[in-house]
Amino acid sequence: MADTPLLECRKVSKAFGAVQALYRVDFEMRTGEVMALVGDNGAGKSTLIKGIAGIYPFDEGEVLFDGKRVVIHGPRDAARRGIEVVYQDLALADNLDVVANMFLGRERTLGSVVLDESSMERTARETLDGLSVTTLKSVRQTVAGLSGGQRQSVAVAKAVMWNSRVVILDEPTAALGVAQTRQVLNLVRRLAERDLAVVIVTHNLHDVFEVADRITVLRLGQRVALFEREKTTQQEVVHAITAGTLDQVPGMDPSAAAEAPVEAGAEVEA
Amino acid sequence: MSADPTAAPVGRVPGGAPVDERHESETISGYVRLWWQGVRAGDLGTLPIIIGLALIVLTFGLLEENFFTERNFTNLLLQMAAVATMAIGVVFVLLIGEIDLSVAFVSAVGAVVMTLLLRPDDPGWPWWAAIAVALLCTTTIGLLHALVITKAGVPSFVVTLAGFLIWSGVVLILTTQYSTAGTIRIQDATVVGIANDFLSELWGWILAVAVVVAYAALQLRTAIARRARSLAGKPTSLIVLQTVGLAAVTFAAVWYLNQDRGVPKVILILGILLVFWSFVASRTRFGRHVYAVGGSAEAARRAGINVDRVRIQVFMISGFMAGVGGIMLASRLRSVATNTGSGNLLLLVIAAAVIGGTSLFGGTGRVIAALLGALVIASIQNGMDLMGLASGTKFVITGLVLLGAVLVDAVSKRRRAARGGV
Repeated sequence: MADTPLLECRKVSKAFGAVQALYRVDFEMRTGEVMALVGDNGAGKSTLIKGIAGIYPFDEGEVLFDGKRVVIHGPRDAARRGIEVVYQDLALADNLDVVANMFLGRERTLGSVVLDESSMERTARETLDGLSVTTLKSVRQTVAGLSGGQRQSVAVAKAVMWNSRVVILDEPTAALGVAQTRQVLNLVRRLAERDLAVVIVTHNLHDVFEVADRITVLRLGQRVALFEREKTTQQEVVHAITAGTLDQVPGMDPSAAAEAPVEAGAEVEA
Repeated sequence: MSADPTAAPVGRVPGGAPVDERHESETISGYVRLWWQGVRAGDLGTLPIIIGLALIVLTFGLLEENFFTERNFTNLLLQMAAVATMAIGVVFVLLIGEIDLSVAFVSAVGAVVMTLLLRPDDPGWPWWAAIAVALLCTTTIGLLHALVITKAGVPSFVVTLAGFLIWSGVVLILTTQYSTAGTIRIQDATVVGIANDFLSELWGWILAVAVVVAYAALQLRTAIARRARSLAGKPTSLIVLQTVGLAAVTFAAVWYLNQDRGVPKVILILGILLVFWSFVASRTRFGRHVYAVGGSAEAARRAGINVDRVRIQVFMISGFMAGVGGIMLASRLRSVATNTGSGNLLLLVIAAAVIGGTSLFGGTGRVIAALLGALVIASIQNGMDLMGLASGTKFVITGLVLLGAVLVDAVSKRRRAARGGV
């Protein structure tokens, strides 16, 4: 594990109008480590990862990548730096096959127009094999015919195929059954073993204790705790999620603070 | 980030892991099994349409003795060509999950513009210039529709419905302004020849051989290239079987056409257009993006595809192909008139694309659907004409066939969704 975090957010804030979705949050991730990002609805998890992915800029604070200050100008810029986000809805096109989905928007061509199908198919297959995704019979079947776990695997494989260094998984097990959740959690572990920095955003503490090395807890837009999995318990984490101490409530009457950000944050998540 | 074939992806195993899926599809029986799994999962492809076409042809063949004659086969192809051409453009529009209701009158605008430019001495343009300007006009009309759809966010249904009215008005204005009778004749021999000339017997055969050889060569090359990368290639025996099948159909058709007047020139043009647009749809980056936009515009957008640009290009294709079809129709009738583009042309074109197996839900379908659907429609129309059915009956039957095709689409879509996990 490296000494400096691969990616570090220092005191980042984000407001949507009058709503303070994030307030001076510190967050870091290291290569070879699975960092869990947990919190109740409206805690600011999605706002934080969207900021890291460059969907919108943070209002204040700074982001360090490889120890250097960076400004990420949008999803393409994030991808160029090796930051890939697998969103909850996976963003796969059902009518296309696995290979086409994995290369969507970044197709390999012979010359500049004609698709190089066999080269793409081979790389897709190798990437999936490298992640030990063995449940896919054919990479030429359409995504519509895949199970939820298989889709998640395809989306993750798509994210890691591009020499990525950071993979952020948004609720990867939310829609999955027991066996498929196991597949995906194993996959998450393997990503860390490949020296990627992995962030898993989730509600499910069982998943967190299964795969995470460290746990960041957000509550009402602030970081209320940072645990190491081995030195904490589920009760402790639950307590932080529901009643972690807030440092500050900016620009608000302390008695009103408990209400307002929850509603507003929920809107942002949606 | 552009794709670099030499870049080692994170997931690559040193030395390359053995790729293990190829074995099932290396044999014909394995291939057939995979295909059948697809069919059962709702991925019907061209299966229902080919069965339907065979049934329709057999029915009319039994009911009407003049159906199976060389002359009638030639006529049927001539009737079908323009509809199939325009339906190619509509297939692209349906693939991105949109609709273009203006194609019939846009085709008429193209035909009228060309005809006006060709009028002897006024201005008496050469045929190629008149055709080029006509196609430029129809492509620009497609661009205009698309700009309103993408920039203003108005549904394509409404925009092209407005286009339907506007361009029908333009056709009326132009035809009545330049002729008192409302009919303008085409006197240019080349333009008239598009839909009225035939290839010589020898050229027909040369063409047939060229088609079969090119098909076999392409298939073999793909299969060999894939095996060189140790991926599943089509089994050689299957390629041989398919080539023999294609040769049988092509040679029979050419022989049959040669009994009458030969292979129509317009069929040669249609064939080139079909091959070209099939290639664009299935083998190019643009084609892949068209399917992606139709399957999930959100996924396409997140993948960095410029969704609006794809939409605009697709509507331009629709306008262009409408123009080509309009020129074919005008050539066949040797004139344009106030009623050019009216009647049920629009319905036949959209029905052809849908009956051919293009999904109205977007993302599913192939360019060849335009040909298959147009063949079905032309067969029904032609057969019913021969039987002398009343036009009311003809409309009812054509409508029922369209309904059947849409039902097959809806049912297979439900099946795909049902097996789609999640």
